[in-house]
Amino acid sequence: MTISQMVTSRAAAALDVSRAARSSKLSAVVMLAAVAVLAALPFVAFSNVTDTLVNLFVLIALASMWNLLAGFGGLVSVGQQAYIGIGAYSVIAFADQGVQPYLAVPLAAVTCVIFAVPTSWLAFRLRGDYFAVGTWVIAEVYRLLVVRIDSVGGGSGKGLAGMSDLDQTLRGALTYWVALALALATIAACYLLLRGRLGLSLMAVRDEETAASSVGIDVRRAKRVVYLVSAAGCGAAGGVITVSSLSVNPDAIFSVQWSAYMIFIVVIGGIGYIEGPLLGAVIFFGLQQLLADYGSWYLVLLGAIGMAAALWLPRGLWGLMRDRTGLSLFPVGYFVRGRDA
Amino acid sequence: MTEQALLHLDGITKRFGRVTVAKDLTLSVRPGEALGIVGPNGAGKSSLFAMISGDLRPDSGAVWFQGRKVTDVPPHARTRAGIGRTYQVPRPFEHLTVFENVLVCAHQGAALKGRQAWTHAMEVLERTGLAELANTPAGRLALLQRKRLEVARALGTGPRLLLLDEVAGGLTEPEVLELVEVVKQLHAEGLGIVWIEHVVHALVEAVGRMVCLAGGDVIADGEPMGVLADPKVRELYLGGGPETGLADEEDRTDEEGA
Repeated sequence: MTISQMVTSRAAAALDVSRAARSSKLSAVVMLAAVAVLAALPFVAFSNVTDTLVNLFVLIALASMWNLLAGFGGLVSVGQQAYIGIGAYSVIAFADQGVQPYLAVPLAAVTCVIFAVPTSWLAFRLRGDYFAVGTWVIAEVYRLLVVRIDSVGGGSGKGLAGMSDLDQTLRGALTYWVALALALATIAACYLLLRGRLGLSLMAVRDEETAASSVGIDVRRAKRVVYLVSAAGCGAAGGVITVSSLSVNPDAIFSVQWSAYMIFIVVIGGIGYIEGPLLGAVIFFGLQQLLADYGSWYLVLLGAIGMAAALWLPRGLWGLMRDRTGLSLFPVGYFVRGRDA
Repeated sequence: MTEQALLHLDGITKRFGRVTVAKDLTLSVRPGEALGIVGPNGAGKSSLFAMISGDLRPDSGAVWFQGRKVTDVPPHARTRAGIGRTYQVPRPFEHLTVFENVLVCAHQGAALKGRQAWTHAMEVLERTGLAELANTPAGRLALLQRKRLEVARALGTGPRLLLLDEVAGGLTEPEVLELVEVVKQLHAEGLGIVWIEHVVHALVEAVGRMVCLAGGDVIADGEPMGVLADPKVRELYLGGGPETGLADEEDRTDEEGA
């Protein structure tokens, strides 16, 4: 190792590399306060508020997982509903076996990883557009397999067992907390993953795949890690959807609409930023609440916003904010200080 | 002989349809040797690099690195084994800073961690004159800085063999001299270097041996001035044929042989 021997102690002593952005102390305090408020919400707010927020948390989790997949792994999937569905059905199946449904949610994530390993062998043989279409087809195949299993209700779906002995208020609060934990866990997972050495590799893969492999990055392995993490996150989200709705319907849970939501949220929020899906999910959720009464016009408007964002804001709203203010809630970069300059 | 060689190409052949970019080509590089490669466009120079680094698989023949057959080894593993390359058309990680561009090489290519990786990355940036730009996103760099970053990334992987693909093209004369100094210094430290270059005078300064490729094969091999004086080489560059002018070739940026 000729080059590393040349590293002088002088250079080592003067070098100081910082991982935090200027604003990150303040933003960390603000975020902790926000989490504390959200966690305390079931004690102070009506259950219709917390029930609605469960949907927001699920959207944040799903969008974060899609952002990890497409924004960092370069894997544009339109088939993550495969794992939402498998996760949802796992919870149903575990509950039938007597597992407490809330405890079945993390187990659903594990189930999805187990399914994702062989699925990735298949899907990774495809590239680009073919990968996108292929993942959708795989999700459909999973749906068709599930509706053939009579013990989980076949084509008409099934209710969730093991929830009737819980008080309704307590159940609402528990579901809310589990959903909040899911959203926080997915964001934390993205942050920790991207902050490490693997994260820097993923960002390199995102920017230039050929060059990434020529600097020593095992591109396939990096993508597989991202795919498995994303499957786990979507599976847990599917589980939360099930404990929230108390039943599962195969057509709804395996619907490609989930992918449309994820893509929309990430595109308007900002692809390739941890903050992007967070911001995008809040905006999407707001639009949903505001426009829910307008029927199909609501979808037309969503489509128009999505197109406008893709055309004029290629890096989403967070990309715009970041360029203007330099703000970063989850700094994953390296900043060199302490040089002579 | 494969045991002693740093790099040994054993009769490699590669065709794209009717175009042959390597025809039963055999070539060896000793440890610490600096080899220059010249040749007209379409001679198969960049394809040769692609086969050494693993981006391209030869149809037949074998690539040996440090006594190990690497023909079936994927690019990232070859880099980890000690082959560092640059691209003719720079391919920076645009949304990463210059420092991060090199740091990821130190992590993945040189298997360094933490502070060791930081110091190594910074050291490489100082050598390549990019230290001042450490925190600049690579997407904002001008072409010359991008070329330097290519060299910096290759060095970041801690190579034993450095493949330079037209890194002097488009540089001003003082910058070429600066680059030659860097290459000579790396060579003096024992690094094996293979350098494809159209800026022939830079090559003559920096390498001890030169090879001329044409039609996918070696047509001259030896001491640089001797190769340049070879009648076959002179004919290639100065004689008839559609692709002869040096200046004309420098303007071309697309990958050869593709």
